[in-house]
Amino acid sequence: MTTIVIKTIARVLVPFLQLFGFYIIVHGPVSPGGGFQGGVIVGASMILLALSYDLSSAEDRASHKVRIIMDSTGALLFAGIGLLCLLVGGVFLEYGIIPLPMAPAEVRGLMILLVGVAIGIHIMALAASLFLHLAEEHDT
Amino acid sequence: MGIFEFILMSFPILLAIAVVFVRDLLAATVVFLVYSLIMAIVFTQLKAPDVALTEAAVGAGITTLLFIVTIAKTTRREEDD
Amino acid sequence: MTRAKHLVPVLVLLGIGVILTMAVIDMPAFGDPEAPAHRHVAPRYIARAYEETGVTNMVTAVLIDYRGYDTLGELTVIFAAGVAVLSLLVGRKTR
Repeated sequence: MTTIVIKTIARVLVPFLQLFGFYIIVHGPVSPGGGFQGGVIVGASMILLALSYDLSSAEDRASHKVRIIMDSTGALLFAGIGLLCLLVGGVFLEYGIIPLPMAPAEVRGLMILLVGVAIGIHIMALAASLFLHLAEEHDT
Repeated sequence: MGIFEFILMSFPILLAIAVVFVRDLLAATVVFLVYSLIMAIVFTQLKAPDVALTEAAVGAGITTLLFIVTIAKTTRREEDD
Repeated sequence: MTRAKHLVPVLVLLGIGVILTMAVIDMPAFGDPEAPAHRHVAPRYIARAYEETGVTNMVTAVLIDYRGYDTLGELTVIFAAGVAVLSLLVGRKTR
């Protein structure tokens, strides 16, 4: 069904789309964007790959196991950073308390970036998973 | 409120009315996609680029794709009563 | 008979519409800096978000740092919903 035009455009477009998504995730603290938006864009690039080629080629790049592991890792990383603040003697999600050789404001900025990346990992795996599992052939 | 904002704000209302009367579910999904894109422009006008980016990525991208794949799995025509 | 049956929903809708319109008229004007929502904690965030977090995008600072608990709850909801949907979909593939 898909022609050579669509395949070529998708092959050129997908790396740039993923780069743009990672840029939005990492630039969340300094420009509009963040984990949710960038994660959705990276997930949409895998959906574009699945639509233009077929489902198995997207499945080869990010298998079900990898996606579930990424999904859980993102959620665990966010909760783990919160628990780390609790372990070093602060309040849950009080990032400034984490003992790093920096000013507390910089530690908070770094943790905001890390949490943004965790949200991005979680959302990109979930967005791709929802589409790929909904689109595959089911028993009725 | 300028004339551009008036036209821009009247679009979501018209599209929301139109999506009720469209019987073809795929066409209704495309109308919903246009609604999301107009809402993204409205959010940019309101100086909320974060929300606009979310609306464009989630509302126009992922939601539409999930609707389309669901229509492909089920039926395209709404059942007449 | 049918006219009376149709009259009741129309009257109910009109009543709800009048109440909602009165509520909208009582709301503060759009973008009013004196609105209660803009006087509670927003001035403190605008004044001190950069020096406290070192993050120039104030929306991200509020979303992840000041209101981090909300975002964690949001992420938990999405995670639970995604796992529930995937547990229904995965493993029913025809071969």
